[in-house]
Amino acid sequence: MTLKRKRSEVLSSGSGYEKYGSVYLIWLTIFFVIPVIVILAYSFLTRDYQGGIILKFSIQGYKDIFNLNYLTVFIRTVIISFISAAICILIAVPVSYYIVYSKFKDFLLLLVIIPFWTNSLIRIYAWIFILGNNGLINQLLLNSGVVNSYVKFIYNNAAVLLILVYTYLPFAILPLFSSIERLEKQLFEAAMDLGCTKRQVFFKILLPNIKQGIVSAFVFVFIPALGTYAVPELVGGKNSRLIGNEIARQLTIARNWPAAAAISSILLILTIIAVIVFIYGGEKRETR
Amino acid sequence: MKPGNLTRIITILAILFFYLPIIVVVVFSFNSSKSPEWTGFSLKWYYQLFTSSGYIWRTFLNSIIVGVSSSIVSVVLGTLGAISMYLGSKKFKQVMWTTTYIPFTIPDIIIGVSLLIFFTTLNVRLSLFTIFIAHVTFSMPYTMMIVLTRLHDFDKSIIEAAYDLGATKSVALRKVIVPVAMPGIIAAFFMAFTLSIDDFVITFFVAGPSSTTLPLQIFSMVRFGISPVINAISTLLLLGTIFMSVALRRYVRYII
Repeated sequence: MTLKRKRSEVLSSGSGYEKYGSVYLIWLTIFFVIPVIVILAYSFLTRDYQGGIILKFSIQGYKDIFNLNYLTVFIRTVIISFISAAICILIAVPVSYYIVYSKFKDFLLLLVIIPFWTNSLIRIYAWIFILGNNGLINQLLLNSGVVNSYVKFIYNNAAVLLILVYTYLPFAILPLFSSIERLEKQLFEAAMDLGCTKRQVFFKILLPNIKQGIVSAFVFVFIPALGTYAVPELVGGKNSRLIGNEIARQLTIARNWPAAAAISSILLILTIIAVIVFIYGGEKRETR
Repeated sequence: MKPGNLTRIITILAILFFYLPIIVVVVFSFNSSKSPEWTGFSLKWYYQLFTSSGYIWRTFLNSIIVGVSSSIVSVVLGTLGAISMYLGSKKFKQVMWTTTYIPFTIPDIIIGVSLLIFFTTLNVRLSLFTIFIAHVTFSMPYTMMIVLTRLHDFDKSIIEAAYDLGATKSVALRKVIVPVAMPGIIAAFFMAFTLSIDDFVITFFVAGPSSTTLPLQIFSMVRFGISPVINAISTLLLLGTIFMSVALRRYVRYII
């Protein structure tokens, strides 16, 4: 009887194991939840020109960013993030499908994991080295006399897009890989036996069955892209400033902290909307 | 069903897309000229990196200090969190899940900015310590999820058996739960370490003037323009990454 009680004590609800997680929860509350609330609060305070704030309610932070300039930055950020997520999915679906059924599955997966774990700055640098104004291709063109002065391949929106796709493609392949791997192989065999072409199998069997994987792959690219800072800072031009650059500029150069907090709050809200639309929207469609 | 030729071609192109730029960087780290035209093999950029680039190594040391300390704390707290989530009550699981999921999904820059504002408000001087706090914060949800995935993989009745055989809670924890979770704990440690060593954006906001990490150093060098020394650093970092990815191959499935 004592044994029985002990067992139910430890495995049923309220087992006392909760205390193991308490430090985890307290840590995230102090260093994540509270700071995020502080940002929201800061966006409604008065700017101190020394940097920092004065404890007085004000919506000047929002007024400072309520103009066409910032609207353009927000729209550009959403569009560039959306396009890069879409391109990543278009590449990632066939690639992960191929890897799951390949003879060299483990090796190919490793080839995707390595860039996933490679420092993102050196991956950005690789493209600057190749496409930059003093880069490899310009050097080749100049030396062979094809052009007289360098060609500006980067420092524009196309370069930002290219390098976002390059950076985040592994983020899209990995969740798709695991969702395709979970599918029953027999599903495809049955479809083929019933006379489906490969094309039909891909579009009618594979895609509908990995909808959730596609949604999470999309979110894994779209949301980090929304907050990207280094990529537009290093390879973007005058017209490719994104939300991340504006936050940093307001914090470090303009020293307008309420404005920085206001932009961050809007980014936070955009993210929450994206998560609700994609994750919950995806789930609802699934259950219907 | 065998995937068709089109998917094969796309896969090959994607792999080339991943590796060609990196390979170019590696090759040109052995170039004797400073500009990106091949003039002959040379190790002089590595020589320069190892003999007259003390400031780069100091930033590397900072990265290692933060990386090791933050991943140890992150793994310990994340593992305890995973165990509590695995065995705790339903209501508790819900709280844990929400607290984990939100930092997991929001962009890094928000974590960076909010911690900068938080530390400044409390008059905490920005240093390696604030970077350490930030790194534990953003890597903990990953370590928790990785260990939890591992725990979910195994049969809960083994723990029940331990209790039936008279194990106390702490014995069950030490002799059953932790050993079972070990592959996940190892994977989580290396995930946290990699996240920490690679992080740029969050560190950018919470680093002080004397606490530059390697990614911050690389960022300011890259901003300045291309240089064969960056190619040499990239090659060494890449070697480290490949070595780690190969060594940890079998733990990969706890991460994805």
